[in-house]
Formats: sequence, structure tokens, C-alpha cells
Amino acid sequence: MTIASALEMALAAVVLGMAMWTIVARETFAAAVGFVVYGLLLALVWVRLDAVDVALTEAAIGGGLSGVLLLGAAARLRASETRAAAERPGGIMRLGAAALSATVAAAFGASVLLLPDAAPTLAPAAAANAVATGLGNPVTNVLMAFRATDTLLEKVVLLLALVGVWSLAPDRLWGGYPGARHQADPLGTLAFLARLLPPVGIVVGIYVVWAGANYPGGAFPGGTILAAMWLLVIMAGLTDTPTISSRRLRLVLIAGPGVFLVVGLGGLCVGTAFLAYPVAYAKPLIIAIEIAMTLTIAATLGLLVAGAPERSAGR
Amino acid sequence: MSAATVFGLCGAALAGLGLYGLIVNPQPLRKIVAFNLLGSGVFIIFGIVARRGAAAGFGADPVPQALVITGMVVAFSATALAVALLLRLFQTAGSVTLDADSPANMGTDSVDA
Repeated sequence: MTIASALEMALAAVVLGMAMWTIVARETFAAAVGFVVYGLLLALVWVRLDAVDVALTEAAIGGGLSGVLLLGAAARLRASETRAAAERPGGIMRLGAAALSATVAAAFGASVLLLPDAAPTLAPAAAANAVATGLGNPVTNVLMAFRATDTLLEKVVLLLALVGVWSLAPDRLWGGYPGARHQADPLGTLAFLARLLPPVGIVVGIYVVWAGANYPGGAFPGGTILAAMWLLVIMAGLTDTPTISSRRLRLVLIAGPGVFLVVGLGGLCVGTAFLAYPVAYAKPLIIAIEIAMTLTIAATLGLLVAGAPERSAGR
Repeated sequence: MSAATVFGLCGAALAGLGLYGLIVNPQPLRKIVAFNLLGSGVFIIFGIVARRGAAAGFGADPVPQALVITGMVVAFSATALAVALLLRLFQTAGSVTLDADSPANMGTDSVDA
């Protein structure tokens, strides 16, 4: 056994340990903290699997935004904790669940071990067609060109989720400010970091988007970094969330899918098919879509974490 | 054992753990966390399929990688929506129990906060 494979086994064991902690931890808040650590460790697994783009997304989403979302919810729901914990199912139910889960895990494990040796792959096809877009990152090629419809629909799903979250507002708060107004000690660490980090974070976020054309990165991890910076400033109380009726905000929210759709329909009129980029303009078009999408992603993710409107706009 | 096999078995175990947590943990927020565990286990299995498909100078097949990135975004949207629903339930009902016989779930349908 080489050192590398020993390290991989250790990493897998720590990931499993962390996953177990999120299941058995007594307090939900502790489980949410465990989930953040789990997300960051999982990003290391993705790096070992040579999927750096996925690792960046996992760290940003699993370790970052999901963590903020779950920790915030766990803190708010703390009062309901004891009552809900009393509903823990009995021994027979737990045993049945364990048997079912073990069966499912064993089936997954068996299919992992029985995968065909000559693994099917689309990598040669992706490499052969990379010339058409002029981008060096194969994953960006797949996301933005070869399977662009997936990415377009994914953006629509993000927007639908946000509409779903907003629609949970009581009628009188419709059009108001999402989430609670945050207040922090203006001379405290949070306010200090919220002034210190965003300039750096914004540059890093934009760099990740720009570099994503040829190296690991792209609109999604970049947009997530921008969203995190925005949330940091909001949580330090330095600024407030925009009202959900704000026209400017809504324009930003539809910018990404809008530009994507316009380019797609343009492909239908000028080119051969929906989302077919003319080869000469493929790279500038893709980068234009990515820039618009980054803004939309940052705004949507930030607002998904902020939650439903809780304060009316009239104040 | 290759990295793909080690992490593939790890992903299988994660999916199983997530399913167990989803059934056994009574708090809805814990169920959401467990559901995310289950999902990440499935994503990892996707990841090893990508790793095994390494060819043409790429360390992993880019197509499953792109699918996983899309999947993560959709999973996050679903999580955010579920958490928002849960917080709204807590706001209106004062508890988040999923037990149908609980007093909190009987006759308090139309309380608007």
C-alpha cells in the first residue's frame, strides 16, 4: 500500500466519521457545524478524484452557503429542539431503518465494485470538440456549450426556488426586506472582517470566473464567493438586504437566464439550433453569458440564504 | 485499492448513512441535513465514474463532472426552499413536529403571523 492510498483511506474514514457525527449529534446546531466540516473534507475527496471544478463548487456550496443556511435555521429552531427530539422512533423502527440503509449502501457498494473495467467515457469527444469553443477548461465547455441546456435550466431552477422562498411571506410583508435586520458591534470582529474581506473576496470571485474559461473555476464558484461577501456585509449590519420589489434587483435576477435565452434563440435564428454558438464568436458569447450569470448567481444565492421577507417595505 | 474504489465505497456508505438519518432523526432540519448526506454520497459515486473515465489527457471525464456541479446547485436550491418552509412552519405553528397526532398540528391551520 502506497502512502497516497493510505492517505485516501484515512480521508474516506474521516469523511465517514464526520457524516456519522451529523447523524448522531445530540444538538442540531452541532450537526450543522459538523456538516460544514464534512463539506470541506468532501472538497478534498473531489480534488483526489481529479475534479477540481467540482471541489471548488463543493467547498463554496457544501462548506460555505449550506453551512450559513443550516446554522442560521438551527439557531432559530433551537426552542423547538427538546420537543422534537422526544419523538425519536422506537427500537424496532430504528433497527428496520438500519437494515434498509445497510441494504441500500451494500447495493451501491456492489455496483461500485462491479463497474465495467473498460469504463465508458465522453472525454475524447469533449477533447475533440474543444476547438469549437476556444475554451481550455473541459468542464466549462460541457457546462456552457455541449450541455448548455442543463445549465440554462439549472438557473431557472434557482430562480424558481427563490420565488418559492419569497412566496412564503405573509401577504402584508410582500415586497419587504428578506430576513431579520442584523446588528453587530460596530467595533467588533465581524464588522472589522466585513470591511476587510470583501475587497479581496470580490477580486478573487471575479478572478475565479475569468480563469474558469481555461482553468478550474467558472461562474458558479465565482458567484458563490461574491454572494458570501455580500452576506458577510449584511450579517455585520453594514447594509441591509434589498426589498424584493426592487426593480433593479429583479433585473439582476433575470440577467443571467435572460442573456442565456437571447443567445440561445439567436442560435436558432442565425445558426443551426437552439444554443448553437457561431464558431467565430463562441468564446465572447460564452464569456458574456458567464458574466451575466455570475451576477444572477451571486444575487440569487445571497437571497436564498437570507430567506423569506420578514419586514415590510413601509418602514 | 485504487482511489476510485476507496471513495466509491465511501460514497455508498454515505448514501446509506444519509438514508438512515432521514428516517430516524425526528427533527425536520436534521432530515434535511441527512438528505444532503445522501445526495453527496450519490455525487461521489458520479465522481468515481468520472475518474474512471479519464482519457484524452483529462484526469476525469468532464461530462459527469458538469452534471454533478449542476446537481449540487439544484440540491442547494431545494435545501434553501425546504429550510424556508420549515422556518415558516415554526413561525405560524410554534413547533416543527411532523407527528400528525401532535396538538400543534391539529386545528391551527389558519394562523397568520
